Amino acid sequence: MNTVINSEKLPPRHAPQLPDEPLFVVEARKSGVGLNLKELWTHRELLYFLVWRDVKIRYKQTLLGAAWALLQPLLTMLVFTFIFSKVAKIDSNGIPYPIFAYAGLVPWTFFANAITTSGNSIVGSSHLITKVYFPRPIIPIASVCAGLVDLAVAFPMLVVLMFYYHIGITVTALFLIPLVLLTTLLAIAVGMWISAINVKYRDVKFAMPFVVQIWMYLSPVAYPASVIPARWRILYSLNPLVGIIDSYRTALFGGAFDWKELAISLAVTFTFLAYAAQRFRKMEKGFADII
Amino acid sequence: MKPIIKVMNVGKQYRLGSPQRSYLTLRESLSSLASAPFRWLARENSSSHETFWALQEVNFEVNPGEVVGIIGRNGAGKSTLLKLLSRITEPTTGRIELYGRIGSLLEVGTGFHPELSGRENIYLNGAILGMARSELARKFDEIVAFAELEKFIDTPVKHYSSGMYVRLAFAVAAHLEPEILIVDEVLAVGDLRFQRKCLDKMENVSQQGRTVLFVSHNMAAVTRLCQRAILLEEGRVVLDDTAAQVVSAYLGNAARKSCAVREWEDVSRAPGDDVVRLRAVRVRTEAGEVKDAVDIRKPVILEIEYDVLVPGKRLSPVMSCINEEGTCVFSSAGISPQFMDTQDLHFVGRCLSTCFIPGNLLAEGAFTVTVSVNSILDGNTAHAVEPDAVRFQVVDSLDGSSARGLYGGPMAGVMRPLLTWTSKPIRTGSDSLDLHTNDGSARQ
Repeated sequence: MNTVINSEKLPPRHAPQLPDEPLFVVEARKSGVGLNLKELWTHRELLYFLVWRDVKIRYKQTLLGAAWALLQPLLTMLVFTFIFSKVAKIDSNGIPYPIFAYAGLVPWTFFANAITTSGNSIVGSSHLITKVYFPRPIIPIASVCAGLVDLAVAFPMLVVLMFYYHIGITVTALFLIPLVLLTTLLAIAVGMWISAINVKYRDVKFAMPFVVQIWMYLSPVAYPASVIPARWRILYSLNPLVGIIDSYRTALFGGAFDWKELAISLAVTFTFLAYAAQRFRKMEKGFADII
Repeated sequence: MKPIIKVMNVGKQYRLGSPQRSYLTLRESLSSLASAPFRWLARENSSSHETFWALQEVNFEVNPGEVVGIIGRNGAGKSTLLKLLSRITEPTTGRIELYGRIGSLLEVGTGFHPELSGRENIYLNGAILGMARSELARKFDEIVAFAELEKFIDTPVKHYSSGMYVRLAFAVAAHLEPEILIVDEVLAVGDLRFQRKCLDKMENVSQQGRTVLFVSHNMAAVTRLCQRAILLEEGRVVLDDTAAQVVSAYLGNAARKSCAVREWEDVSRAPGDDVVRLRAVRVRTEAGEVKDAVDIRKPVILEIEYDVLVPGKRLSPVMSCINEEGTCVFSSAGISPQFMDTQDLHFVGRCLSTCFIPGNLLAEGAFTVTVSVNSILDGNTAHAVEPDAVRFQVVDSLDGSSARGLYGGPMAGVMRPLLTWTSKPIRTGSDSLDLHTNDGSARQ
């Protein structure tokens, strides 16, 4: 049996102590400010659960399961080897072409899948957006982070290939850690920006495959950056993936890092991250209304 | 007391038509490729005019521990208000200040994934609603027990029946412990028994001093759970008062054609024949006020005013009281000898008959009254009949002095008389009871 509470007669048992300042203020946002990192941090468990959900369901009802994470770059490598190495006879700087291509395809596949899934993530989460509040950037960020699991699945094959081609792994391979981090940040920036535009203009869905394909040919995935004529190099390396993918190979196969290129990648990535965050903040207030 | 929620001059404007544009189909986007420049022009021109205010100049404050019902017709702005309070969308004007953590429950099972098991969905859904992992781990068994799904907790929820799904979803939500809980029409799901369980759980929540904002179309639930209610109409707050008052105002408005008073100015249009014409029907309180909300403990006074056009008829006023389910709760007529003795058989003119319905008789809810004036002893001819002439609301202030005492749950029956109960001891001490005769089966 339950008793009825009448506010006049029975004061609440634990009258909460209210803060002097409001915890939250809801009003029309005046200007776009950057990401609220503190708020993102307080919601890190939600990020964890969303990544965990994406990983858990990604390969449900597939025959090969997580093997797809390995097959995607591996099959592309076979195609590339045939076209670029056997037919077009591209020079891969003395490194056997299959492993040269695979070393570029692992970060590229991660990046391409990450921006595609996170680009669609906000629209795909309309049921969440309209029903519950949490910092919206978590959605595209979680999509990108879920892709890291695929990256981890594809990596051991790289080690196998290096053994096969008798390429020793050196300490410079440790550079892969900051490189993966940088790739992730770039994917977050691009994914976040696309996901926000996608809410308003569903054209994005149709444009994405082309953009991804063109971006791949503008990046040193199938060919070494050195084939680009010197006078175009600066312009070329404004594509942040140029410095990143080049450095993946340097970290694995040895040689000198192109610090200038890497610095450009770093600068472009962070500039774009700041821009994407600002655009996202500006657009996110309309998500629930127009999604 | 310092309010925990302050809503200051809040308004929300929507663009009409923008939802259609935001979803582009393949065909639309192909055609938009061809006519892109013109589409842009058209968009700029049309959208500037097609706006409407879903909410306007909304002001209220909620104190900690209050349970406030928000009622109104579909499209009155209830959902928009909840979305603003839950920070899902931003207001166009004004400001809302929240002095506590908010948990909102605008839908049960937000973020449930059909491929995941019940166990996994509890964690996922809990995280989405803002619960910490440690908190979920602590409450996990309690949630599963509340949902009554112990056996199926590791089954993917796509194999659940809709009832099981809803139970699991509500169980997670019911264990949210924010300082402010915002609940949309979620109790309308699940079977009756589970709905009752959810209502009890919500009452528990309010007893713990938490603030609850509750949207419902179930007026009985609003009067039972909330002390206060806010009535929205076309995006504005039109009434902010005790739940009983607001509910009755809403119900009175909802059926505009029948309320506490009904008058016929024009005799030719008044119901009746050439013997009797009805002129007015009123519901009054004991104090004489014409009012469609009546305290359950107080009498209801029904007045029937009619013109007697010809002499020589033995006329009796008749009334039937019909509840929300359409059941005739009782009917009554002025046919007792005491009443008849007072009537002048040769009277011609305006007559006022009054019926006294005692307090503590009707149950809570809305009643419509059908009124007629008959010549009962003369072949029972109905001269003037008006179905649903007036409508009134019996409300229980729930302060403990009505027939329900301090019990807040649902009570069956179309009547709610305050009957006399007595208990007295007839034996004293446990030794006097035959507890040990049947090996523990004595307590049945």
